[in-house]
Amino acid sequence: MIFSFELLYEAIVFGILLGGFYAAVSLGLSVAFGLLDVPHVAHPAVMVLGAYCTYLLGTYGWDPILAGIALMPPFFLLGIALYRFYYETFEKRGSDAGVRGIAFFFGIAFIIEVSLILVFSVDQRLVEADYIGKSLTIGEMRVPLRMLVAFGVALAISASLMLYLSKTFTGRAIKAVAQDELALRLMGADPVRIKQWAFGIATAVTALAGAVLIVVGPVEPMLDRVYIGRTFCVVVLAGLGSMSGTVAAGLILGVAESIVLMHFGASWAPAVAFGLLLLVLAIRPQGLFAR
Amino acid sequence: MTRRFSRFWIGAAATVVLAAMLALSGMNEYFFFAGYVVLQFVVLATAWNMLGGYAGYVNFGTAAFFGIGAYTAFALFKSLGAPLLVQFAAAAAVTGLLGFGTGLMTLRLRGIFFSIATIAVIFIAETLMMNWRYVGGAAGLPVLRPLPQAPFETYTRMLFFIMAVLAVVAVSIARYIEISWVGRGLRALRDSEEAAECSGVPTLRLKLFACTVSGALMGTAGASMPMYQSFLEPASSFSLNYSVMALAGAIIGGTSHWLGPVLGAILLTSVQQIVTVTISSEINVLVVGVLLVVFVVAAPDGILGLLGKLRRRRAAAGSPS
Repeated sequence: MIFSFELLYEAIVFGILLGGFYAAVSLGLSVAFGLLDVPHVAHPAVMVLGAYCTYLLGTYGWDPILAGIALMPPFFLLGIALYRFYYETFEKRGSDAGVRGIAFFFGIAFIIEVSLILVFSVDQRLVEADYIGKSLTIGEMRVPLRMLVAFGVALAISASLMLYLSKTFTGRAIKAVAQDELALRLMGADPVRIKQWAFGIATAVTALAGAVLIVVGPVEPMLDRVYIGRTFCVVVLAGLGSMSGTVAAGLILGVAESIVLMHFGASWAPAVAFGLLLLVLAIRPQGLFAR
Repeated sequence: MTRRFSRFWIGAAATVVLAAMLALSGMNEYFFFAGYVVLQFVVLATAWNMLGGYAGYVNFGTAAFFGIGAYTAFALFKSLGAPLLVQFAAAAAVTGLLGFGTGLMTLRLRGIFFSIATIAVIFIAETLMMNWRYVGGAAGLPVLRPLPQAPFETYTRMLFFIMAVLAVVAVSIARYIEISWVGRGLRALRDSEEAAECSGVPTLRLKLFACTVSGALMGTAGASMPMYQSFLEPASSFSLNYSVMALAGAIIGGTSHWLGPVLGAILLTSVQQIVTVTISSEINVLVVGVLLVVFVVAAPDGILGLLGKLRRRRAAAGSPS
């Protein structure tokens, strides 16, 4: 192992960019799992679905980020439908939602994966845009432009989610339902409708994250499996439901992964997220930035 | 009680004898090739159910135990040329230990947190094996099968018979856990961990026991994988598919009785084998996903639940009211 400060510096800069991207892909889960307690294991699969939809629009000449924004309304509806179904079949019946709820979302993830394989085959797909493939040279470092775009979009999503949750009426209602569902019911509000709305927003954000995913690199149908670890790691590390925590946790994971990547090689990188996750669960299960 | 007891053991013995007769008969080789997979998932689903079904802890780490079992067996085979039985014993010991360690680290977590922690174990194990050059690293290695033991004509037939014996052993252990105080304790802690703890059930010790035994069985099921495939590589050995198949088998069959995972695994893998042969191997993953979702939504108690409902309805229709 060669150690140099220059390499470390480069790893940290790249890690911060990567971390912004990880935060972007985890924000949807931070709402769905962190705030609503839905064991949404299919979250990365929905994101990969979003990436493929972006690819489809891209073949018509759409810019990927623009396509991601255009995909948000249909994914919002998809999210509402998915939550409604989950609520009717599991939460409403109440009993044993844990085991079957998780199994349900795993089944959904499998169905999405295979449907993508059947439609697009197992080949990797990528999109084209002006900012993909170029890089900025700052001093001695070359920073790929696509990572900067991903980072920018990530910051924009997290900032707007944070504002939405703290400033708007519905946003506060979502936070309230996460804190105390019964109290909200006593105030005369319908928690199920609010949760449904929140899940829709989470899914819409995930669609945009999918667009960022395909900007950062080529996608293939089984890509979601790596991101199960990364997204849950970020959300748990953040402390459930904290948006600013999610960004911070994304950055921590990004920097950790990038340092391991540069010093030990790519074959060790996938274990970083899961190792970090186990460590957090063992030492501080409520997360670093618990609400 | 004693009548049911002896009936079970007669059934178990009959299964082993039947498997031996089949393996020595002139049956088409493909039957054993497919039958091995079916039996392997009977073992995995049964093992999964010990923790997932009785105690309600959803373990997604099946692939980790399965893969580590396969790698343990292969490492012993490659370094010492160890015979199959030694490979099995070693795989059971190593994965039992892994189960104990995993349990110790993660069983204090509840619900989805436990599940995610067990997924983490898969990826960490896979990364370790990927970086272990001796057993082939990321690319994997071919495995040279030795000649089959005396009564069996081919190696696949022998493995089929061994897997049948392992399935009977796994089901017997599951049944023992189910009808003994261990099973009662696990069911109690599934319903309410606090209540169980308060009434003197040693919850952590029971969970650790279940995790260790189920891990050892999963690992043993994986131990013959290198020989069966004549090849070993990390990506397919630690595939999440094993985890989902084990869980799907148990949930589709019904988790409250030892018969559930057996029925579920047989149904699921048979449908898959048929679909693989007639349509395509991609669709067979879709089959798991769809069946899992359909059962979880429409028949939460699995096939056993459906059968029970049917029997009750028939009894209600038969009795004069």
